Amino acid sequence: MARNKESLTLLLDIGPSMHNALPDVEKICSILVQKKLIYGWNDDVGVVLFGTEETDNDLAKQVGGYDHIVVLNGISTVNRNLLGTLKKLPRGTVAGDFLDAIVVGMDLLIKKFGTTNKGKMRLCLITDAESLTKEPYEGTKEDQVGIISEQMKSHGIKLDCIITRMSSGMADQKILVENDSLLCNISRKGNAKIRYVASPAALLGALRTRNISPVTVFRGDLELSSKMKIKIWVYKKTSEERFPTLKKYSDKAPASDRFATHEVKVDFEYKSLEDPSRNVPPEQRIRGYRYGPQIIPVSSDQWEAVKFKPEKSVKLLGFTDASNIMRHYFLKEVYAFIPEPGNKKAGVAVSSIARAMRETNKVALLRCVWRQGQGSVTVGVLTPNISSMDTMPDSFYFNVLPFAEDVREFQFPSFSSFPSSWQPTEQQQDAADNLVKMLDLVPYGRGEILMPDMTPNPVLERFFRFLELKSTKPDSEVPPLDTSLRAVTEPDPDLSENKSVLADFRGCFELKHNPKKKSSKRSRDAASDEALVQSSDPRDAAKVEKIGDTSPIEDFEAMIARRDGSEWVVRGIRSMKIYISDLLENSYEGDAYPKAIDCLMALRRACVLEQEPEEFNQFLREIFQRWKATDLRGFFEMVASKNISLISKTEAADSDATDSEARSFPAKIDFSSQ
Amino acid sequence: MDIDPEDLFRDDSDSDSELFQEREANKELVVYLIDASPRMFVPFSQHEDEKGETHFHIAVNCVLQSLKTQIISRSYDEVAICFFNTKEKKNLQDLTGVYVFNVVDRESLDRATAGLIKEFSIMEESFLNKIGSCYSIFPGSKENTIYNSLWVAQALLRKGSLKTASKRILMFTNEDDPFGSISGVLHRDMIKTTTQRAKDAQDLGISIELLPLSRPDGKFDVSKFYVGLLGLESKEISHFVSSAGERLEDMKDQLKKRMFNKRKVKTLAFLISDGISIEVNSYALIRPTVPGAVTWLDSVSNLPLKPERSFICDDTGALLQEPAKRFFTYKGEKVLFSVDELSEIKRLAPNCLRLLGFKPLDYLKDYHNLRPSTFIFPSDEEIFGSTRIFIALHRSMLRLRRFAVAFCGSSARPQLVALIAQEEISNSSGQVEPPGMHMIYLPYSDDIRYPEEHYLNDDAIASRPTDDQIRKASALLKRIDLKNFSVCQFSNPALQRHYSILQAIALDEDEMPEVKDETLPDEEGMARPGIVRALEDFKAAVYGENHDQEEAASIASKEASAGLASKKRKAIADAATQESANYNWVDLADNGKLKDLTVVELKYYLTAHNLPLAGKKEALISRILSHLGK
Repeated sequence: MARNKESLTLLLDIGPSMHNALPDVEKICSILVQKKLIYGWNDDVGVVLFGTEETDNDLAKQVGGYDHIVVLNGISTVNRNLLGTLKKLPRGTVAGDFLDAIVVGMDLLIKKFGTTNKGKMRLCLITDAESLTKEPYEGTKEDQVGIISEQMKSHGIKLDCIITRMSSGMADQKILVENDSLLCNISRKGNAKIRYVASPAALLGALRTRNISPVTVFRGDLELSSKMKIKIWVYKKTSEERFPTLKKYSDKAPASDRFATHEVKVDFEYKSLEDPSRNVPPEQRIRGYRYGPQIIPVSSDQWEAVKFKPEKSVKLLGFTDASNIMRHYFLKEVYAFIPEPGNKKAGVAVSSIARAMRETNKVALLRCVWRQGQGSVTVGVLTPNISSMDTMPDSFYFNVLPFAEDVREFQFPSFSSFPSSWQPTEQQQDAADNLVKMLDLVPYGRGEILMPDMTPNPVLERFFRFLELKSTKPDSEVPPLDTSLRAVTEPDPDLSENKSVLADFRGCFELKHNPKKKSSKRSRDAASDEALVQSSDPRDAAKVEKIGDTSPIEDFEAMIARRDGSEWVVRGIRSMKIYISDLLENSYEGDAYPKAIDCLMALRRACVLEQEPEEFNQFLREIFQRWKATDLRGFFEMVASKNISLISKTEAADSDATDSEARSFPAKIDFSSQ
Repeated sequence: MDIDPEDLFRDDSDSDSELFQEREANKELVVYLIDASPRMFVPFSQHEDEKGETHFHIAVNCVLQSLKTQIISRSYDEVAICFFNTKEKKNLQDLTGVYVFNVVDRESLDRATAGLIKEFSIMEESFLNKIGSCYSIFPGSKENTIYNSLWVAQALLRKGSLKTASKRILMFTNEDDPFGSISGVLHRDMIKTTTQRAKDAQDLGISIELLPLSRPDGKFDVSKFYVGLLGLESKEISHFVSSAGERLEDMKDQLKKRMFNKRKVKTLAFLISDGISIEVNSYALIRPTVPGAVTWLDSVSNLPLKPERSFICDDTGALLQEPAKRFFTYKGEKVLFSVDELSEIKRLAPNCLRLLGFKPLDYLKDYHNLRPSTFIFPSDEEIFGSTRIFIALHRSMLRLRRFAVAFCGSSARPQLVALIAQEEISNSSGQVEPPGMHMIYLPYSDDIRYPEEHYLNDDAIASRPTDDQIRKASALLKRIDLKNFSVCQFSNPALQRHYSILQAIALDEDEMPEVKDETLPDEEGMARPGIVRALEDFKAAVYGENHDQEEAASIASKEASAGLASKKRKAIADAATQESANYNWVDLADNGKLKDLTVVELKYYLTAHNLPLAGKKEALISRILSHLGK
C-alpha cells in the first residue's frame, strides 16, 4: 500500500472572482476525498486556501510575506472530517496570488517529507488565474517561476493546474496573458500539467480523483526485424473505470451482533444430471467445449499439450497508409507504447519513426503477444503520439484490430437506391448543413466542449454522491443528476441560440408515425424491407383484392396466386372476365383490343394452370356469341390471329372441347364473320 | 420490478455480451440448394495458364466455409444441404433429381456437426460417382428439378416456428435460363409452376436468395428466369447483377458476404432536437469472436453437469435466497443499497441516442476508444421520414468533415458516443463499407490514463530525432509498405487452433491438425535486400554504428551483476539452511510450537526448502506443516 501512497496538497483559490465556481470546486474536492477514503485510505491530503482575508501559514510566520494564504488542513492522512471542511469552503475577499500559494504548498510538502517520497507528491491548484501576481522581492517573475520549477523538480513534486475560465470578458486580458505565460513556463520546465476548463462539467472531469499507479503490460523489444529492435514499455492508455463492486448483504445476523460481517458467500456446486442429489467434486469434473451441438470433453493436460502457444514478442508486420485503417475498426481499450525510460537510443528510434509516420501519413501494423504463455495473439495498429511538451518523449498509441472472424460483412442498400421521397431536397440539405454548423462543440474562443479527457462519468459521480448521502442518511432517495453533469447527457442550450436554424430544420422535414405498425417487438429487418416499400414485394402482391386499370394482368396473377383462401382463383377469374367485357364494351374503334387480347391470354394461361378450362371456354364462347355480329367483330379476328383457342382436352382433362374443336374455334369465327 | 440482479452486477464489459452471442431465440434455418447439373462441372479459367475451377467447387467451398463459421459462432442455426439436378435422388418426397446430403445421427435440417463438415469436405471427390450429375429438364421430359428442389427445401423448412427462427433458401446455380431448351406452352408452364412454388414458399415466410455464378463468356442474366422466382423489381435487378462478379476472387468474396443474414441488435430512437426523433437500427458489425465457454462435464459419463448456486450467510451459515440488498464499505461502515436504487443511479437519460453536437473529425483522437463500434442505419418502419433526415445529416457530416457527439442512454453503461458518417465504398466484388454511421464509444476522463507523463525528463528534448534520422525512418516506412493491407485479413490463429482441435477430437482423429498462423511477419519479404538495407541504414542512424557491440557489452555487464545477485541469493539461502538446522522442526510442529516462533525464524525453514515466503504468519505455518507432511 505504502508504495503507492500519494501526498496531495490542494491549493484552492477562493478569491472573489472564483465565487461562482466554488460550489463545483467543493463538489470535485469532496469526490476526491471520498475516493481517497475508499481507494487510498493511506494517502495524505493537505488543503491550502488563498485569496482569504486572513493569513495563516508557516512561511508568513517565518519569513514574512505570503499574505492571504491559509493552511486549512496540514498534511495528514485522509479522514472524514476533511470531507465536511471541503464541503463548506469559506468565501475569500481578496484576489489570490497563485504563485505564492504554490510556494506555500511546496513548503508544506518539503517540510513534511524532505527528500523522501519523491515522485509521490502532488500539488493541485484550482484557480482562475485572473489576478495579478505580486512582484517578487528580487529578480523578475520569470526568475521566480524558474526557481519554483527547479525546486519542484529536485523534490519530485508534480503540479496539476486547473484554470477555470467560465465567465469571459470580465478579466483584464493583459493579466491573463501574463499569468498564462507564467504557468506555461512552469509546465514546460517542470512536472506540471495545465488544463483550462470552461464549464462546470469540465471542472469535475479535469481533476484526476483516483490515483492509479500505472502497470506495464509489456516490457521488451519492439522488433522491426530480427536485427533491429527498439526497447519499449507498454501501458494501458484507456481503461474503463468500472462501477464499484458491491457485496451482497445478509440480514440474517441478529441486530445485536456488532461484529457481524453481513457478507454472503456464494457457493457453486455441480450436480449430476442423472442423480440431481449428487454433487460432483472438482477432481471428477472435466472441461467440455462446445462444438456445434456437441460438447467435447478435453482434459486440461491434453488441452495444455495442444493449445496455441505463441512466443512472447512484439513484431512489426509492416507499414501502411493511415487511410487503410478506418477508425471504426479500433476494437478495444487503447495501449501506449513508450520508449524505455532512460534509454536515449530507444527514445530517438521511437521518435524518428513516430515523426516519419506523421509526415508520410502512415501507420504500423504489429503482432503482439504480451506475456509468455498467453493463449492468443493481438494484431493492431500503431499510430504516432507526438509530444507537445519538451520534457515528454514521443510515443505511440496502439489499437487492437479485428480478425476475419470478428467482422460480419452485412450488406446494406445504397442511399442512392432509395426512392426519391427519401432523398433530402436541396432545401432540406441546407437545413441539415446549418444544423451541423450551429451545433458546433468546438466554438471559436470557447475551447472544446465535452472533450473526453475532461468529461466526468456521470454515473460514477452520481454513485459517490449518493454514497455520501446514504452514509449520513440511510433512507435518502437517489438524487437527481447534478445540474453540472447534465451537460454530459443533454444538449447545451447555449449552442442552439439561433432558434431559426432549429425551426427551419423542423419545418423542412416531416416525421410521421407509421399507423400500420403494430407495437410488436419482433420486426423484420427493417432496412432492406423498407427499401422495397413502394415496389411489389411478393408479400404485398399476395394481398391484391381486385383488378386495377394500371396493371390488370399482374393484379390478376397475384390474385390467382394467393394462397390464403381457395376462393381467390374463382374471384380472380370472375374479375378478369368482367374486366375484359368492360374493356371491349368501352372500346372506341378498337383502341382497347391489344390490352383485351393480353388479358384474355392471361386468363387462358391461368385457366390452364388452375385446371379450370370451362371457365375460359364458356367465356370465350359467350363473348363471341354476344359480339360476333357487332362492330367488335374485329376483336375476334385478332383473337384468331393470335391463335387464342379454346382449352382442349390435352391441356386440361376437364375440358369439353376436343383438340380439333378447340383449334377450329377461331376458324369458325372467321367463317361466320364472312 | 423483475430486474435480474446478476445482470445488473455483472462485470460491465459483459453488459453487451448478448451482442456477442447469438441467442437461440433468433436462430436461422437455412437450406443450401446447390445446382449439380453438368454445366456446374465445366472447368473454366480466365487465363490460359490457370487451372480451371468448377462452379460446383466454388459453391461447395462457400458452403463449407459458411458451415465452419456457423459451428463456431452461431451453432444454434440449423442447416440442410441439398443438391438438385442429380442422377440419384434422396428426399422424403422421392422427387427426381434432388439429393439431400446428410450424415448419420443427424436430421436433414439440423445443427451443423463436426461429422457433417468432415463428410461434406470430402464429398466432392466422389460426388460424380455416388450422387451423379444429370440435367433432366429437356424437351419431352416432364421433370422440373428446380420445382422439385424448392418443394423439398420448403418441406425441410416446415420445422420450427417463424417467431423464433428465420428461414432461408440459398440457391447456387450458373444456369440463368433453366427452361431455355423447352419451347412453347410447356416452357411457360414450367416457369409458371416453378414461380408459383417459390411464391408459396415465400408466403410461408421463407426467403429465397440466389447466389448466381457467372461464366466468363456471359453474365448471369437474372431477368431471363429468376426475376419472377425471386420477385425482384427492375431497380433491384441492376443492383443484383453487379453482384455476380467478374473475377473468381470477387465471386467468392461476394458469396461470402451474402451467405449471412444481417441481424440487427436493436432499434433506437435518435433524438436530434426537441420534437425531432428519428428511428435507427443498430448492428454489431464488429465483435470479437471468442472460444465458447467451458461446460463442466462428469469425467466418467461425459455428461454435462448442472451448476447450482447457493447463497450462504457468512455469519449464521444459513442458506439464503438471492439477497436483494448490496453494501459498500465506506468510512468503515456498511452503506446499504437496494438493487432498484443501483439501477436508478445508472438511469441517467432515456434509452435513446441524444444528439449533443458536432466536432471536426480531427478532434476524435486515436485513444478515444474503449469497445468495438456499433453500426447504425436508418429505418422508416415506425417513423416515416427518418431515413430522409438521416441521409441529410450523413451528407452534411461528410461534407463538413464533422462527427456527431451523442449521449447513448443504455441501462448498462450510459456513455458518450461519437458518430462517424461512413460513405458507401464498393469495389468490383461489391460493397466493402456500407453507408451509415459508426458509433464509437468514448472514454470518460476517469478512463484515460497518462502513462507517457510518468517519465518526464529533460533528456526528452535531447532525444528528438534529427532530420536525417526522420528521413531514414521515412525511407524504411516506404520500403516495408503493405499496400493491399485490409483490416481483418488475418484469421485468429488461437481461435482456428481451438476449433480445429475440437474438430479433431470430435472425429477421433489421432493427428492434431496444423493451423497456419497468418499473423506472423513475412520473414521472406523482410529478408529482401532493399528492406534489409533500409533497416540497417535506420539502425545506424538512430543507434550509431557500434550499437550491437555496445549492447553485447551492456548485456555482459548486466549478466555479471546478475551473477552477483544470484551469488548473494545463494549466500542467503545457505545462511538460512544453517539457521534452519538449529531448530527441530518436526518436534515444533508436533507440539504446536511453530506459532511461538517469529516470522523471521519461520522463513529460515521456508528459504532453506525453497518455498514461497509470501503471506501472513498463519499461511507460513500451514505451508511448513504441509511441507512436513503433517
